Amino acid sequence: MRGTTRVKWVVGVAVLGLAATACGSSDDKKDDKGGGGGSNGLPAGYYSAYSTEPQNPLQPANSNENGGFYPLQLMFRGLYTYDSKTGQPVPAMAESVESTDSINYTVKIKSGWTFHNGEPVTAKSYVDAWNWGAVSTNKQINASPWFEKIEGYEATHPKEGEPTSKELSGLKVVDDKTFTIKLVQAYSSFKASLGYVVYSPLPQEFFKDPAKYGEAPIGNGPFQLDTANGGWNHKKSLTVKKYDKYAGTDKPKSNGVQLQFYTSYDAGYTALRDNKLDVIDQIPTSAIGSFKKDLGERAIEAPQFSIQKIGFPLYDAGWGAPGKEKVRQGLSMAIDRASIVKAIYKGAEQPATDWLAPNIPGYSKDITGELTKYDPVKAKQLVKDGGGIPGGKLTIATNADGPHKEWVTAVCNSINEVIGQGSCEPKLYPEFGVARKDISGKKMTGAYRTGWRGDYPFPDNFLADIYQTGAASNDAGYSSPIFDDLAKRASAASDQTEAIKLWQDAERQLAKDVPSIPLWYYVTKGGSSTKVSNVQIDPYGNPVWTEVTVK
Amino acid sequence: MGRYVVRRLLQMIPVFIGTTFLIYYMVYQLGGDPISAMFGDKGADPVFVRLKREEFHLNDPLIVQYWYYITDLLQGNFGTSFNGRPVSEELKRAFPVSIRLAVIAFAIEVVIGVGLGLLSGLRRGKLADTLVLAGTLVVISIPVFVLGTIAQFWLGSEWGIFEATASVGDPTWSQLVLPGLVLGSLSLAFVARLTRTSVAENMRADYVRTATAKGLPRRRVVTRHLLRNSLIPVVTFLGADLGALMAGAIVTEGIFNVDGVGRLIYLAVTKHESSTVVGAVAALVMIYLVMNLIVDLLYAVLDPRIRYA
Repeated sequence: MRGTTRVKWVVGVAVLGLAATACGSSDDKKDDKGGGGGSNGLPAGYYSAYSTEPQNPLQPANSNENGGFYPLQLMFRGLYTYDSKTGQPVPAMAESVESTDSINYTVKIKSGWTFHNGEPVTAKSYVDAWNWGAVSTNKQINASPWFEKIEGYEATHPKEGEPTSKELSGLKVVDDKTFTIKLVQAYSSFKASLGYVVYSPLPQEFFKDPAKYGEAPIGNGPFQLDTANGGWNHKKSLTVKKYDKYAGTDKPKSNGVQLQFYTSYDAGYTALRDNKLDVIDQIPTSAIGSFKKDLGERAIEAPQFSIQKIGFPLYDAGWGAPGKEKVRQGLSMAIDRASIVKAIYKGAEQPATDWLAPNIPGYSKDITGELTKYDPVKAKQLVKDGGGIPGGKLTIATNADGPHKEWVTAVCNSINEVIGQGSCEPKLYPEFGVARKDISGKKMTGAYRTGWRGDYPFPDNFLADIYQTGAASNDAGYSSPIFDDLAKRASAASDQTEAIKLWQDAERQLAKDVPSIPLWYYVTKGGSSTKVSNVQIDPYGNPVWTEVTVK
Repeated sequence: MGRYVVRRLLQMIPVFIGTTFLIYYMVYQLGGDPISAMFGDKGADPVFVRLKREEFHLNDPLIVQYWYYITDLLQGNFGTSFNGRPVSEELKRAFPVSIRLAVIAFAIEVVIGVGLGLLSGLRRGKLADTLVLAGTLVVISIPVFVLGTIAQFWLGSEWGIFEATASVGDPTWSQLVLPGLVLGSLSLAFVARLTRTSVAENMRADYVRTATAKGLPRRRVVTRHLLRNSLIPVVTFLGADLGALMAGAIVTEGIFNVDGVGRLIYLAVTKHESSTVVGAVAALVMIYLVMNLIVDLLYAVLDPRIRYA
């Protein structure tokens, strides 16, 4: 103990010395202090990016936060990837994915792809990986919404007791380059969802010791773990380097990336402004007003597949009563979205006109009609026609530990102005977990804020997962036979155009019932240092890792 | 003396068990399902939640959960966090960082605080005294996040005298100087004021007059007689403060990106990870207890009238 402390003292003094000489010899003290500058002691051609310590071991189905998702995204490539501008699926390892009925799929993969340890990627690499991810006892946090579509999921992931099978019966290896998938029912969106990182292949090395692999993953993506430069250095950073034999078309334009784990966006932003960090994917609330001025050309704004909404507890006797949809319509029309967005987000956000985000196929500017248009007179009338707000007052619940309090207050102010003072009030929960427990436990008596960020570009991700009867994220307890029927037909449609039309019909039903009020779409705000260029953020809010170039 | 220390050490055992249970109880009472909360806005997978709850005994009554925890702890096992990583690893990483930060802050407050206090106590009513009093008043009245952010912007980002942010994980001593300065500044003000009052009072004490009458040089009167006896209230404050510097630095840690104990406990509380919270707090309780013992022993060193049987 004493020995190490001494060593660190010496290092500390040495660093102080270095910092002093750097300051002394440089004309521009800001760039060179700490002996590092922008790339902060990284190998040539590497850049650094904001991230957080991954919450779980790095296994493809085991991340549901950016900290775990980014390393996986850097190191893995599945059948598809998503276009950095439009967010639409683009084939990566898929030669072809064919289906005539949207239930049975035949997947052919390209040849020439290898894992970072040289093992070729085959059909078996996919099937084994998906099977392992689906088995409940492997405790993969992101397994259920993705693998439950595949036949045999129930046996691998039973509600009670131990799994009776370790394999999804819907997956079959045909030959090295071909496998087939059978789904439990038709999913017109299945192909579009295949770019998600959960559907990545895994090398045989993985199955020897998944826990150990989770510390140092071997993928097939554009970057590989850079163990020579620290690899996954817990709570500090994760470094990857360019994989020279990467077979995809999106070859990295840098030599490597270091994800640096910051404790807060505020600290990350300070480092970026000082040129000590190269890429940040979010600007802290405290700097939203000033970041464009602070960063100038280094500021980034990019539309995101994400929507903010207000949800209602339709299981509650007051809110679920027939006729109350008029009240919900009225409340929606009492919210002056354009002004709130301008005041709170300085105008970059776009008021919502649809439950789908822009660029999702089927998105429309007029599908909700006047529901999302600010109309004080009509709003007041509708609330009156519907018999007034249940309980006399609308409460909007939100967690106080997130960046939502301001806009919830603004929404309430807007409603109070239209419907009458005292008709809306924010209800603050101390923390996210407690709010979530009441919302998912269906214990709410008033409205609540709810957000959704798309995982893949198809309407069902924004609709079926949230509004179908009994869906995992149907927190409102919404149940409409008409919506369910349309959703079922849309999901099962073998033709995508047909599916999209049906989803739009389903949305018209939502506009009548108003299980939630769409508010606005988020815009990702980020920034870069002066040492890198071509930094883009895709519609999923992720930096486009391969495109960044180091000056 | 020896028996006194042994008795004090033995007293720590019930205090340790009592505090760990209380903290465990409080985290348990927080409510909310930590496993469901791992899923964010999206619906939780009930099967995953069931298996994880079983793994961490979350369905058992409080006393059973605590029993599992304390039996593991007595075998030197701090338990695992929900993502399966050992808590001891987290503690091993966070404590050295916080100790380093606390040592810097502590050194600053002792050296500058006692120095300023002595100066102003000896020159009571003079210009130096007024300046110290006004200066400490300003420091006490500015909230630490304002002080921290301003110091970071000017001293760190703009003028580049210190490093503005520490690197997560293993910050160097030089990166911790600025956060240490900010962290220590509030206590520094208290230390300066405590020392001043105490010194000013003892200036009139009989033993100081005697020492002066004996013809001792002023330097010796001040360091050996006056300061030594005046330090008792200051040492009491400093002893309790070292623990606070480690655990209570969450605001400063946040501003300067220092990933220490304060942040570890804060995150664990929000995730309801009892094992991490209790592990970290138990370690802090031990630090407090040991510091208290040292403070009590120091009394005897400082004041010859105090003796422990």
